[in-house]
Amino acid sequence: MASYSTNEFRSGLKVMLDGDPCSIIENEFVKPGKGQAFSRVKIRNLKNGRVLDKTFKSGESLEGADVVDVDMQYLYDDGEFYHFMVPETFEQYPADRNAVGESNIWLKAQDMYEVTLYNGAPIAITPPNFVELEITETDPGLKGDTAQGGTKPATLESGAVVKVPLFLEIGEKVRVDTRSGAYMSRVKS
Amino acid sequence: MPALPVLKQRALVYKKIRAFFDEISTLEVDTPLLGITTNTDVHIQSIAARVCSSTLYLQTSPEFAMKRLLVSGSGSIYQISHAFRDEEKGLLHHPEFSLLEWYSLGFDYQALMSQVEDLISRLFEQELSFHKISYFESFHRYLKLDLQLASQTECQDCVTQHIPGIDSSLLSWDDCLDLLMSQIVSREFKGFTFLYDYPESQASLARIKVGEPHLAERFELFYNDIELANGFSELTDAKQQRLRFLQDNCKRQQAGLQTYPIDEDFLKALEQGLPECAGVALGLDRLIMVMQQVNSIHDVMTLDTF
Repeated sequence: MASYSTNEFRSGLKVMLDGDPCSIIENEFVKPGKGQAFSRVKIRNLKNGRVLDKTFKSGESLEGADVVDVDMQYLYDDGEFYHFMVPETFEQYPADRNAVGESNIWLKAQDMYEVTLYNGAPIAITPPNFVELEITETDPGLKGDTAQGGTKPATLESGAVVKVPLFLEIGEKVRVDTRSGAYMSRVKS
Repeated sequence: MPALPVLKQRALVYKKIRAFFDEISTLEVDTPLLGITTNTDVHIQSIAARVCSSTLYLQTSPEFAMKRLLVSGSGSIYQISHAFRDEEKGLLHHPEFSLLEWYSLGFDYQALMSQVEDLISRLFEQELSFHKISYFESFHRYLKLDLQLASQTECQDCVTQHIPGIDSSLLSWDDCLDLLMSQIVSREFKGFTFLYDYPESQASLARIKVGEPHLAERFELFYNDIELANGFSELTDAKQQRLRFLQDNCKRQQAGLQTYPIDEDFLKALEQGLPECAGVALGLDRLIMVMQQVNSIHDVMTLDTF
């Protein structure tokens, strides 16, 4: 794997740090006019999702990480592994519960997800920023309360529980932001 | 492409600068951007250009050229110029940037600070208040670190304590100071602040303070934590200057950086006698950032290349 010097740091670059694959989120160039330059970096550990602050002297370098993001279709959960497939090649990848983490609540069979492979094995699953899912469970809707605010919890077909407006019923589809878990809108079918 | 108000702001700043220096009979000059050699400072990287089959360097500041003019009898001079520094890119850095540099004959750095105040007040069209703190006092006040006594290890410990995720054992005494100043100390500055009397190890082209050999007659002007200007009582001793160039090249070699021929024209001029003077460089893009209240230098560049 190539190594990257501080002046090649940019957001999205995948590097090895303390033995773990990491992704650079933010790189700030810091330098007094006549002094030493540094890179202040926010970096995400791709194994545990934790974000760290690191400071490097300019000219230091990090080894690149063999990490690629591949779009895959979610197939099924066998209780131990979540199975994903590359639609073009039918290649299948089992992802353990650690790799899927909290993304499991957004998984719906047949839908596409971004699977991060490290040395050929899944280490993280990222759902699209917005997904459309059906409500499978919620309290009955309150008629005539469409204008008023107020929300109630609703369970979606993937398992996620989100707050939705009171007028929504079981069987209706909603659009949700997976980053915040926030309800965006009703989807007319 | 910046908004029209930014273009107009820049034009107005340049106009006011010219009016200011015209009134105090300081001559505007325009020195070459391409030179046969360049700055040897280990922390400043030059951009080489291929010109008529030989290598020339885009100047990192007009300092050496302007000092040659001072020796030749120009009197006090100023210049609005582009300068080039490789590998400097960020919210406050751009590899090609604009600066105002000027030299006032018969001034020392204290007198020059007052002149900087006059110019800045003029550019902002209001009475401004300027804070002043010495480099040593600022470390004492904000980090409880006494730089006259602190060892390299103590400075490294201070870095480890204040800066997350760094291997401070890789840092020299000056590296520690640079990092602590830019990341901790200067963040305490509010409004316009002069930082003065730098440690001798950071003298650059400044004169050493008479009677206090651990200090250099150097200052910087900050707005909040943004470095705007750097000034000195200028070093006029050719021998000492040659020694600093040689030391720079030594450090460059150790760091695996390219070394540069020593600027003999500049040294020859110094030998003839640079008149006593103080000089300062003010970053114009950053000044316009402050005026426009934007966070990125890229928002004020005219046709941003990067």
